Amino acid sequence: MKMQSDLGRVRGLGSAKSGSSHWWTQRVTAVANLPLGIWFIISILSGHTADYDAVREWLSSYFHSTMMILMIISVSVHFTHGLQVVIEDYVHNRKAEIVSLFLIKAVAAFLSVAAIVSVLRIVFAGA
Amino acid sequence: MVEFNLPANSVVKEGKSFSAPADAKNTRSFKIYRYDPDSGDNPRTDTYDIDLDKCGPMVLDALIKIKNEIDATLTFRRSCREGICGSCAMNIDGRNTLACLKPIEDIKGEVKIYPLPHMPVVKDLVPDLSQPYAQLASIEPWLKADSPTPPDGERLQSREERAKLDGLWECILCFSCSTACPSYWWNSDRYLGPAVLLQAYRWLADSRDEYTGERLDALEDPFRLYRCHTIMNCTNTCPKGLNPALAITEIKKMIAERRA
Repeated sequence: MKMQSDLGRVRGLGSAKSGSSHWWTQRVTAVANLPLGIWFIISILSGHTADYDAVREWLSSYFHSTMMILMIISVSVHFTHGLQVVIEDYVHNRKAEIVSLFLIKAVAAFLSVAAIVSVLRIVFAGA
Repeated sequence: MVEFNLPANSVVKEGKSFSAPADAKNTRSFKIYRYDPDSGDNPRTDTYDIDLDKCGPMVLDALIKIKNEIDATLTFRRSCREGICGSCAMNIDGRNTLACLKPIEDIKGEVKIYPLPHMPVVKDLVPDLSQPYAQLASIEPWLKADSPTPPDGERLQSREERAKLDGLWECILCFSCSTACPSYWWNSDRYLGPAVLLQAYRWLADSRDEYTGERLDALEDPFRLYRCHTIMNCTNTCPKGLNPALAITEIKKMIAERRA
C-alpha cells in the first residue's frame, strides 16, 4: 500500500538539473547532419563510390575524409540521443531500459570508431 | 513497456439505449462513456437520443438535460457553464475540450463523449486529477520575491512587463492539454505536462518574481521538462486558444540562454 502524499510522489528524487545539453546536442547535430548529408549524397551521385579505387581516391582527400569523419560523429551522436529518448519514453521496465540504453550506446560507439578507423586507414595508406 | 492492449476488465462494452420522445423531430444521439469502479463491471457506452428543440445549444446543456430528465446516475463535473472554471473538460467528438463551450451543432452525427484520456476514472466523465494538481503545487505557482513589498502599495510592473503574461494568465487549469499529450500519457509520473509547464512559465515570465533561477533549476530535468517532444496536441486542443507548446519552448530557451 502506498500512503505517500501526491506532492511527495511528484517531487520524487528531485530535478536531475540536466537534460539541456542532451536537448541542445540533439538540435546541433540535427543541423550539422543537413550539410553533411547533402555533401554525402552529392558525393555518391558524382560517382565517388562507384568502385573500390574511386572510394580510396575520394577518401584520401583531406576535405572529404574530414567531412566523412564529421558525418560519422554527428550521425552517431544524433542517432544515440534520439534513440535514447525513444527508449526512455516507451520502455518502462527499469532493467530493460538501462540494458537497452547501454547497448545502443555501445553499438554506436563501436560502429563509429570502426568507421573512423576505416577512413583513417585509407587516408594514411594513400599518403 | 507501453500497453497496447487494455486489461480484459477495461474493455468498453455497449450499454443501454434511451430513445427520444415519439414527438421529437430534431433528435441527436449522445454516446456517453459510463464507468463505476466500485461496481466491478466493465465500462460501457450508453446512448441517449435527445430532442434538440428542447435542449440548450452546448454539449453541457445536453448532459444536464440527460441528468435531469433521463438518467440521474450520469456523473460529470460542471460549474460555471461559461468556460472559466474548467470543470467540464472532457473528450468530445475525439477532442479534449470544455462541454460548456462546445456547440452541439459543430459535431456531425452521433456525439461521442469520454472522460479526459489516460487518467484514472472516478466515475463516468469524472477523472481523478490528483496527480496534475500535485504537479501544479510542485512548481510553486505563486509570486516569490526577497525584496520587501513596497510600503506604500503593490509591486509595480510596466505595461510591457505585464503584457508578457498575456496568453498565460488565461489558463483555467482544465488539463485538456496535458491529457491530450502522448508524452504525458506515457510518462505522467515524471513529466509535468503542458498545463503545469505553462503555469511554470507564467511565473518565469513575471517581472516581479525573483526566483527565476531556482525555478529553472527545478525544471531542468530530462523528464520534468524535456519529455516535451513538441507534438503540439496541447496547443491544438486548448479550449481557451492558448499555446502551451510555445510556453514550453520559452522555458527551454531560457535554460539554453543561461548556459552560454
